[in-house]
Amino acid sequence: MPPNVSLLRVNLMLLGRTANGLYWMNRYIERAENMARLVDAGLRMALTRTEDASGEWHSVVVSAGSDAAFANRNTEYSAATVTDFLLRDTSNPSSVMSSMETARNNARMVRTALTRETWESINEAWMALKRMLAAPIDDRELPAVLDRIKRETALIRGAFYGTMLRNEIFDFSQLGTYVERADNTARILDVKYYVLLPSISWVGSTMDNYQWESILRSVSAHRSYRWNYEATYRPANIADYLILNGRMPRSLAFCYRFINEHLELLAEDYGQRHACHETAHKTRSLLKAGSIKDIFDSGLHEFLVDFIRDNIRLGDEIAADYSFC
Amino acid sequence: MMPMGRTRLAAFDEMLPDASSGPRKPYTAYERWLREQDSARLTEKMEDAERVFRKTGITFAVYGEQEASERLIPFDIVPRIISGREWRRLTQGIEQRVQALNAFLDDIYHRQEILRAGRIPKELIARNAAFLPEMIGVRPPAGVYTHIIGVDIVRTGEDEFYVLEDNARTPSGVSYMLENRETMMQLFPELFQKIRVCPVENYPQLLRQSLAEVAPSGAGSEPTIAVLTPGSYNSAYFEHAFLADQMGVQLVEGQDLRVVNGHIAMRTTEGYKQIDVLYRRVDDAFLDPLTFQPDSVLGVAGIMDIYRAGNITIANAPGTGIADDKAIYSYMPEIVEFYTGRKAILGNVPTWRCSEPDSLKYVLEHIAELVIKEVHGSGGYGMLVGPAAAKAEREAFAAKLAANPGNYIAQPTLALSTCPVLTEKGLAPRHVDLRPYVLVSDRIRIVPGGLTRVALKEGSLVVNSSQGGGTKDTWVLDD
Repeated sequence: MPPNVSLLRVNLMLLGRTANGLYWMNRYIERAENMARLVDAGLRMALTRTEDASGEWHSVVVSAGSDAAFANRNTEYSAATVTDFLLRDTSNPSSVMSSMETARNNARMVRTALTRETWESINEAWMALKRMLAAPIDDRELPAVLDRIKRETALIRGAFYGTMLRNEIFDFSQLGTYVERADNTARILDVKYYVLLPSISWVGSTMDNYQWESILRSVSAHRSYRWNYEATYRPANIADYLILNGRMPRSLAFCYRFINEHLELLAEDYGQRHACHETAHKTRSLLKAGSIKDIFDSGLHEFLVDFIRDNIRLGDEIAADYSFC
Repeated sequence: MMPMGRTRLAAFDEMLPDASSGPRKPYTAYERWLREQDSARLTEKMEDAERVFRKTGITFAVYGEQEASERLIPFDIVPRIISGREWRRLTQGIEQRVQALNAFLDDIYHRQEILRAGRIPKELIARNAAFLPEMIGVRPPAGVYTHIIGVDIVRTGEDEFYVLEDNARTPSGVSYMLENRETMMQLFPELFQKIRVCPVENYPQLLRQSLAEVAPSGAGSEPTIAVLTPGSYNSAYFEHAFLADQMGVQLVEGQDLRVVNGHIAMRTTEGYKQIDVLYRRVDDAFLDPLTFQPDSVLGVAGIMDIYRAGNITIANAPGTGIADDKAIYSYMPEIVEFYTGRKAILGNVPTWRCSEPDSLKYVLEHIAELVIKEVHGSGGYGMLVGPAAAKAEREAFAAKLAANPGNYIAQPTLALSTCPVLTEKGLAPRHVDLRPYVLVSDRIRIVPGGLTRVALKEGSLVVNSSQGGGTKDTWVLDD
């Protein structure tokens, strides 16, 4: 007879407040990184075409979802005002500095749920960026500063993936990351949807080429695009890539693939499904079955507006279903 | 808490008591090692230590200092070393004292025999803010009132140890004891191979075990334990998170808790779950808005009812502050004798109670030699160090004292022992104290070590971290 081996499994509980903290910690880390990408793309645009730099910086601020707050404090859209606002300004709750501050405060709050490596990577990122963003950024330093932001968030991600147990703590964290990322990609597309419309796709003028490249660059997809599609930019391909391509890590389809996966794992662990599961499943099906032609036919802008609204609702449902507060 | 200010007192140095002979025995092996070290390497290690602390986020918040809202407590890399023999004597004294403290609390909230026997005056209890009438007649699970105690001990000579304060409410600093050791082992692994130092790292396991042993009788064999923190903006938040993490229990805030079916429960991602033992790091006044401060959001509405019904253990029990009040402190020798039937092994620092006319007169006449403290003060605030104060300061303090004598006690200015610290100019002696940590359940556990606090300014007697004090690793030798 085999020996009677009984495993003592501790029934670990997770506080609703901790789940909330993990979710927002990751949303803000993701936000800080996205902000750096956006500024990077804006910088590239401003460097390559100077005729309407102010318009470009304006659209960067709109993509960041911070236009109202920006207009309250600034009158002109320039490299200096926009980068300062998006990277350093602590009155802007979504600036890189504010995001890192919020991420770290959340990390402090949920510290017992994090590995030492994860906590230290966040704490060190916060220390490094606080030092770097203490004074206004010199133009010449901007590329290095943006690189550093991306590097710090990459280190956090590395520590997180490398050391965290794959339990509900991991799931709630990932939900934060992907809900934020989906929101970010959808907003970038929506701000520039008009340059992607088929009506102007007849020929890629130089201007359109820059615009398209800028969209791809703001999600760091300008190189990988060429590995998946033909070398010339085509708006339908770009939209397809960022919305429906399940292999592109910042696409809406990719985000929802993982949102679903983590929600399913939670349902399995807890033995219970909620409203958020329905919402996520619906969006995921839509992205999985959809074609870019259908989306264009029924209106890209309308599609994106609906998507952003549903994505916000999903976040609210997750918070309610798992007793975040 | 320590006397403040700078004085020139001939103090006992624990490493080198006099220049002519060598180091004291507990320090011989360490001192030999130290002499072989290159001073540049030591300075480098000192910087490494600071980096480690900052990286791991071991900081404390200083209230009212916006900019420096997160500061490090300076750490000195020269350990404070105590021999096994010295330690055994200390632990006997501490155990006796802790037994007396719990017996006193039980008595004060029940029959009050010590008052009937006339050993301490009734009004000292009746008019004391730390006495909680809500606790009268309440017997905590397992009969333990103060579960976690940090006894502050000072040394003035080879065999002279005094208890300066019994921290019987919510002593802090134990995370520094643990992190200091961790850091020393990282910086100087070779030292721990040479010298046998008693380990302290099982403190969190012992704490968990100890808390589980005092769970309510209905809690079952695996009681659920949680640490209650005021939140991440509290100055000791790092420690609260650290202990919860090391024990493998939840770190909760008041907003996570509520009364569910006659128990305290925490809001989890799967609904409310019962808690059996709450290690609270929230003061009595904030514990229950229905019983104490009504505007408190740090506690749990109704927890006192659950507590009185015996359905949760609160560690330490509400109302334990009556045992570490500074006016009560002066009666500790009587208290120890009353409940243990023996003389106190560890002495008190002689204390004048200014509420007594003769004492007040003496204190006012000798104000330049004494340390005067507020009865309810802590953290080195609201006190006067006579020898270090200017004349005008002393006169102003004397006026306050005369106006409300019952609010003050006075003690002689003690020549606290010194230990060397590493400064830019090499080793230099600085005054230290010692806080060992005691755990009480059905038995008493004392981890061999503790927190050594050190006044980093030359000649200063203030070891409080809020006033420029630092810490050292504390070694109890396995000899």
